[in-house]
Amino acid sequence: MLTAEEIREIEGEAVHYPRRDAVSIDALKIVQRHRGWVSDESLRDIAGHLGMSPAELDGIATFYNLIYRKPVGRHVITVCDSVSCWIMGSERVQQHLEERLGIRPGETTRDNRYTLLPTVCLGCCDRAPAMMVDSDLHTNLAPENIDRDLENYK
Amino acid sequence: MIRQIEKPLTGSMPADGSWLDLPAYEKVGGYQAIRKALNGGMTPKAVVAEVKNADLRGRGGAGFPTGLKWSFVPVGKDAPNPTYLCVNADEMEPGTFKDRFLMERNPHQLIEGAILAGFAIEADVAYIFLRGEYTLAAERLTRAIAEAYQRGYLGKNLLGSGYSLELYLHLSAGRYICGDETGLLNALEGKRANPRAKPPFPVVVGLFGKPTVVNNVETISCVPHIINNGAAWFQGLSRTRDAGTKLYGVSGKVKRPGLWELPMGTSIREIVFEHAGGMRDGLRFRGLLPGGSSTPFVVEDHLDTPMDFTEMPKVGSRLGTGTMIVLDDRTCPVGMAWNMTRFFARESCGFCTPCWSGLGWAERILRSLEDGHGKPGDLEKLSFQSKMWSPGNTFCALAPGAADPLQSAMKYFGPDFERHIGEHRCPWR
Repeated sequence: MLTAEEIREIEGEAVHYPRRDAVSIDALKIVQRHRGWVSDESLRDIAGHLGMSPAELDGIATFYNLIYRKPVGRHVITVCDSVSCWIMGSERVQQHLEERLGIRPGETTRDNRYTLLPTVCLGCCDRAPAMMVDSDLHTNLAPENIDRDLENYK
Repeated sequence: MIRQIEKPLTGSMPADGSWLDLPAYEKVGGYQAIRKALNGGMTPKAVVAEVKNADLRGRGGAGFPTGLKWSFVPVGKDAPNPTYLCVNADEMEPGTFKDRFLMERNPHQLIEGAILAGFAIEADVAYIFLRGEYTLAAERLTRAIAEAYQRGYLGKNLLGSGYSLELYLHLSAGRYICGDETGLLNALEGKRANPRAKPPFPVVVGLFGKPTVVNNVETISCVPHIINNGAAWFQGLSRTRDAGTKLYGVSGKVKRPGLWELPMGTSIREIVFEHAGGMRDGLRFRGLLPGGSSTPFVVEDHLDTPMDFTEMPKVGSRLGTGTMIVLDDRTCPVGMAWNMTRFFARESCGFCTPCWSGLGWAERILRSLEDGHGKPGDLEKLSFQSKMWSPGNTFCALAPGAADPLQSAMKYFGPDFERHIGEHRCPWR
């Protein structure tokens, strides 16, 4: 069941569009913000609320990389692997994170603290290599400052 | 805004890195252009004409004349209703970081531009389609939009002119393909962002089937200055026949990577070797992608080319987004081509066969070259595959954009590709 707060937020966005199902992506993001990810049950509830079929909504949910259809950790680390960051050493950043966290891209640490995902260009190529942790951007990455940055995410 | 005449888009941004909120923006002449247009007796047609005469061309990469695009929108009593404006703020072209800067530092400039564009095409609703990862831009735009509503610059009967415009910020959920104009429209309709076949073009059948103009952030940010200062002034800003200033960026192993607003038509050499300070010590310049990952390589011979829409095609490339990615001699050109092809393969929406099938195939070949498993005939396969990505074989420009860097890398760095096969390894690893 969607919470009253989730419904309120979804309806707040829905008024921006002339068609009700146009709010589907906003709705997925809203529910994910509250619950961390979009479970099958959440998906069915959102679809029901918008008058869509769950299959149609799942087709949309699985298209977009910022919608998580599997549980993620408390913090999501997305590492840019596009060309400017690659030139500036993103492979070393990636390797350092994998070794330090003991996980591969797409996985979550055992303590449920971090999920590691690749991402496309984050639009800060003059400060490469870059990553995001949740909604925060971290730039000019090197193994030393990565460790320090990550400490702030408990 | 005569004071900042040479850098209209960025000249008034505070030097301390902070942003222009409403009072700060008004202090540097902000929202005078909408007064001139809406209260000064300009008709929508006059705004379109001014932008057309200014020769403003789309800064998202394609370079389509903005005023001309606006003039295709059906207007008047019998026109379909409502009409939409979409600001494409889905900046995701690898190597591109200019729209982020404009939105984080001067969101009101974009809002004022959107109001003028909306007025010109008689739009009822405008959306700023912002990529979800741009959280700081989202925060500042949200505040700026609220400020603009409060001041009566948005909403019903703007400045008492009788013109009304609602402006909404849409936060996207990822995927490069949303930056394609018709992919963006499907995403905004809450669907998968598969691009649509054209025609019909969005100016006639766009968002929710209604006339829609999609313009890039930098393009829209130019509009208030054109209305304030006039078409002739805008044309005079440039060094070549293409008008205005341009945000040029440089990334890669140069001394000072960064972003600069310079006259349109500034040479590649000046941007890379003066503004970006040239190559880092000990590194040699080999080539660059002039405007993001979808533009063909240029090399040493082309450094004196003016970076504009007209001159770059003469050396086999494009202006694109104007943000360059520099290749140095310690970075493997095959690895770079692999990285970009992997990006395009991953970001293909999966609709057109040459794209979803061919890009993955090419990515695997390039990866095998990098891993030392390249075979004779691989380069011919890459050539064959990338020819299938030509315009016309797919709905959108993703696959042609993937072909450009790969084919040009093979053209300029052919011996490096062959060495990978001959030596059974990547010589740079």
